[in-house]
Parts: sequence; structure tokens; C-alpha cells
Amino acid sequence: MTRAAALPDARGHFGRFGGRFVPETLMAPLVELERAYARARRDRRFQARLAALLADYAGRPTPLYLASRLSEHCGGARIWLKREDLCHTGAHKINNVLGQALLAERMRKPRVIAETGAGQHGVATATAAALLGLECEVYMGAEDIERQALNVFRMRLLGARVIPVEAGSRTLKDAINEALRDWVTNVRTTYYLLGSALGPHPYPMMVRDFQAVIGRETRRQALAALGRLPDVLVACVGGGSNAIGLFHRFIGDRRVRLVGVEPGGEGLATGRHGASMTAGAVGVLHGCMSYLLQNDDGQIATAHSISAGLDYPGVGPEHAYYRDAGRFEFVAVTDAEALEGFQALTRLEGVMPALESAHAVAYAMRLARTLPRSASIVVGLSGRGDKDVHVVARALGVELG
Amino acid sequence: MSRLDDTFAALRRRGERALVAYFTAGDPSLDETRRLVAAAARGGADLVELGVPFSDPLADGPVIQRAGARALAAGTTLPRVLETVATLRADVGVPLALFTYYNPVLAFGLKAFARTAADAGVDGVLVVDLPPEEADPLAAEARAAGLDLVHLVAPTSTPARVRLIARRSRGFIYVVSLTGVTGERHELPPGLGAQIRTLRLVTTKPVCVGFGIARPDQVRAVGRLADGVIVGSALVRLVEERAGAPTLAADVERFVAELKAPLREPPGGSGESHRPRPQPGGSGESHRPRPQPGGSGGGRPTQNK
Repeated sequence: MTRAAALPDARGHFGRFGGRFVPETLMAPLVELERAYARARRDRRFQARLAALLADYAGRPTPLYLASRLSEHCGGARIWLKREDLCHTGAHKINNVLGQALLAERMRKPRVIAETGAGQHGVATATAAALLGLECEVYMGAEDIERQALNVFRMRLLGARVIPVEAGSRTLKDAINEALRDWVTNVRTTYYLLGSALGPHPYPMMVRDFQAVIGRETRRQALAALGRLPDVLVACVGGGSNAIGLFHRFIGDRRVRLVGVEPGGEGLATGRHGASMTAGAVGVLHGCMSYLLQNDDGQIATAHSISAGLDYPGVGPEHAYYRDAGRFEFVAVTDAEALEGFQALTRLEGVMPALESAHAVAYAMRLARTLPRSASIVVGLSGRGDKDVHVVARALGVELG
Repeated sequence: MSRLDDTFAALRRRGERALVAYFTAGDPSLDETRRLVAAAARGGADLVELGVPFSDPLADGPVIQRAGARALAAGTTLPRVLETVATLRADVGVPLALFTYYNPVLAFGLKAFARTAADAGVDGVLVVDLPPEEADPLAAEARAAGLDLVHLVAPTSTPARVRLIARRSRGFIYVVSLTGVTGERHELPPGLGAQIRTLRLVTTKPVCVGFGIARPDQVRAVGRLADGVIVGSALVRLVEERAGAPTLAADVERFVAELKAPLREPPGGSGESHRPRPQPGGSGESHRPRPQPGGSGGGRPTQNK
């Protein structure tokens, strides 16, 4: 395993994963983006401006909170929550979006486009576009538009145009296809603000860097609160941005277990899930090589999850690398377990998690029972659950007015 | 010399440019694809590209997206496309290239794919999401199997990338005429002449232009600049509209003949009154070897309407 700081290599590879598998039209723009990002990364003024926005606008640092009643309920390890749900716009997505929106402005691109699944990345992008006065269009699968009507309206209120994607499975992967088609067409004026740690180089690296603030804060806060590092970090993995953000600073801390929780949907045996790491095979989608859900002919499968934000048939390439290297573990949690996690955290702590984050909560509860009381688990609580209330209601058989 | 090299050399000798006809393999069925390729060859196509349907065709516009979805729904897979090519070869001699996304090829296995494709009679392969930087593994297998790996150059390609692509591409160089996805357009992109001239400065390999070319007048204009013209969405749309009709193959043959006709005219300009406006940026002819006089499409029945 190569040292974490050295990855990806100069061509965007994490071992055999990652890279840049895109139509030629996008190659030069990706090189331009990579250079612009490299300059911004070294530019103190850029970094100072981002840090100020993260603090004063997004509300960082977010707390590391000991969920005592939840821990008592499980009767084992103490469960801590890294409260990304308290970020402005309600999820970790804003960390990456503020960084990339500043970059778009710096590159003098007047228009930003984004894809969104649950709508959290779309809302964050629309928010940053409003803040910086950028034109914003968000691609969203038609099925996700139905399940996330509240976020769709939020984006419109923020001045963004939401474009429904009717192609394919009408979910996140199709929204990314359509955003890439837009970008190929309008690449000279448009910045593609990708929301997860996937896609062609430099996106997996750049999104990771912008999200790594989660893990840096967590490490500092854990040392202050516990006097030592936590034993396990747990985060949900769709594309993998909140997980890589939480894990990255800990990769060198060999005694800290890093566990990604994939959407098990209706159960791995049913085939209706989104567990690319657990049940996928290596392939190329959306510009990078990674683990994908696909059939024997290399056609990409349709993922399924109760949470729109995890409904993606792949995972970021850095996760694939650390899976094969044995550093990251991956487990699957079903829709039903995630709903239990949602209800438990809501009832016991008064914290309503996003259904994405509820997957991590559910696994942490399962794991806590097997660990001693002296052990500590940190859950990346990536987002808040307001957007999911109607989905939860339907799943619980409750009619909302 | 590969069959693609021979084809372009022969066209140059005759003073013609290639018409490259694209079909999505398996739309509406692989049996129909076999008939369509034969019809295109009869109509005068010099090269046929078969699109391998993919679940996530991010470089394609709506027409080819729909065709791919139909082909997948009909059970089309890359192995079955290659079987179809093998059976086609009994009665069609025209060179064939596959136009594919990388993942179906990866799933097949690079070595197995290159060998099976070459054995089936495929001459070239274009992988739309495989730039030269990532192409070494497939390029090595393709070379060993005698399959030409064709690379694409785009309007956004920097001069250094144009040189790299021109050096790596085999068979011909595929010029993406516009920044965008596949699909018919009303106008040709204004920078096309300059784009091709830049390319001619660094290569003598044949240059074929695709994306957005749908009508005989557009084919004629591009034919003044390039060694070949690729028509995809317009043909695929014809297949979509006429699928199931008994005249489908004849309709395709007739349309291909209409598209090919202007590519038999001497490129210097035949003085025909219905010729479209000249391409912006001038004729761009000077970098091409002089065509032989008198080589324009003798004996072919169909005239451009």
C-alpha cells in the first residue's frame, strides 16, 4: 500500500483504480481543471477564503457528539456522532461545493452544473451559486425528483434550474450521464461541480481534499474528548465522499478501523441493492475505474436503495483501492435496518438522520453490541433527515396530509 | 497493411472520400443489423461502424441512446455482436469497425476481445471513453490481434494532444466535429476547416469526420476537407422510423447512396449549382494527395437528389 498522501499518482490513478476514462472532448478541460486546482491549493488567499466560508457560512467545525442514550441502548461501545447534519444546507455536501464553487469563480466559468441524487448536493450547489452569483443547473433523475420534492423546490427557490432526467433508471447515475453530456457540449463556459469522490481525475482527489476537513476535525476532537483515537469510524458509502472525507486523515492510524456502509437495499440476495464493493466487479463508469454493479456483459446494473443518495451502482476509486489493500472494510445494511437506525437515533437522541446516514447509524449499533464499553465508534452523520420524512412515513405505512 | 489502410489507399487512388455508415448493433435486432450492413455496403458505404449498445452512453445524443436501449432490450451483447459480424463476413467485404464504450470490452477481457473481434472479421475499434493515456493495455492486445485501434480527436484537443492522438491512432483518425454528443445538427461547426488543417499538419493518416453530419449537402462540404465522412444518427433515426417496414433495407441503401454520391465528386469542386456554401476557413484541400482524375464513382446508379 502506498502512503495515503501520495495518492493518486500524477495521472490520477489509485493503484489500478481511478484514471480518466472520458471522451476526448473532456480531456483538455480536465487537465485545465487539474492545473487550476493545483494552483488554488497552493494559494493562501484561496485557502483563507475557503476556510472563512466554511467557518462563518457553513458552520464549521461541526461537533463531535457523544450519543449516550443510543450507546446505553446498544449496551456496548460508546457511539459518537460527527455532526455534518448541522452544516449549512443540512449535509456534508457543502464542504466540497464551497471549494469547487470558489474554483469555478476563479476559473471564470459563469455557469455551474451538477448532478444530484437525494438533492443534497443539488441544494448545496444551488446555495453556493446563489452566494457567488453563478448560473446553476442541476440534473436530477425523474424518480428522485418524485421522492425528493422538497429539495427540488429548495433548489428552485435558490434560483437553480432543475432538469429532470428520464433516461435509464431515472436516478443518480443517469443524472451524471446527462450532466456529462451537458459538460461535453458547454465545456468552454461551464464548470461541472461533481458531488462525490468519483468521476475522472482530478475529481476524486479534489472532492476528497475538500471533504477531508471532516476527518481532520474528528481526529482533533477525538483526541481532546477521549484522549486517544477512536477505535472505529463508520460512514455510509454511495459514491463515497463523506466516507473518504472522514477516513482520509486516519488512513495512517493503523489501529483505527475504517468501515464503509453500503446500501443493502432489500437484501443482497434479492439483487435489489447498491452494494458495489460487496457484490460488484471492477469496471469503468463515469470516467474512472472502480467497483461497479454490472452484469457479465459489462452493462451497468440499476442500484436500489431507500435512500436516493446511495442509489448509485459504483463507488469512488480511492475506496476501491483501500478495499483491495485491506485498509477499508465494507459492509451492507438493508433498507429495513436503516429505517430502524433512523427511528432509534430520532427517539433516543432527538437527532433525525438522513436515510443515507441512517445506514451508518444502523451498522454502528450492530457493531457497538459486539465491542466493550471502553471502545469508541465515530459515526459520520453525513446529513439530516428532514428531506426523508415522507419516505419514512410511506415505509412505515403512515399517510401524510 | 490493414484492411482499413487498403480501403483508404484505394479511395485516394480513385479520388473519392469514404462514406462511413454507423448503425447501433442489435437495433431493432441483430438479424436486421446483418441486413442493414449489407444494404449500406450495396449503397456504397466504404466502412461500416457498428455501435455496441451500452447502458450508460454518455457521449451519445437521444437518437443513439434510444437505439442502444432498444438493442439492449432485444438482448444484444458484445459477444453476440461479434458472432453477427462473423456471419456477416460471408457476404459483406466492406471494412467494419466497432464503436463502443470501454466497460463492455473490459468485461469481455481485453485479449479475448481483440482476438475474437479480429477472428470475426472486425477491422477496427473505437472506444469513445478511452483516451490514449489509458489505452495502452487495449492497444497492445489490438496490435497483437491485427485490429486497428482508432482514436478520436476533438475541437478542444490541444496541439500536443492532437499530435499524440495522430501518432497513436491506427487505420484512420476520427475527428469529432463539435463539442457535444452525437446527433444531427442544422449547421456544420464553423471551426471544422481549421481543426482539420491543424490535424493535417501533423499526420498523413486518413481523417474521418463525425458527429452532427446528417445530410448529403453536409457530407459534400465535409468531404472537401476530410478523407471520410461518418453519418450516424441520421441513419439510426431512419432505422427507428422504418423498423418493421418491408422497405427498411432498401430505404437505408438509397439513403446511403445519396450520402455517398457527393463523395465521388472531384473534391476541387464540380461547379454544380446546388452546391452548398463553401466551408468557413477555405477548402483545406492542399494537404491531401491529389486525387486521380476520372475516378468519380463510375457505374453507381444513384445520384444525389
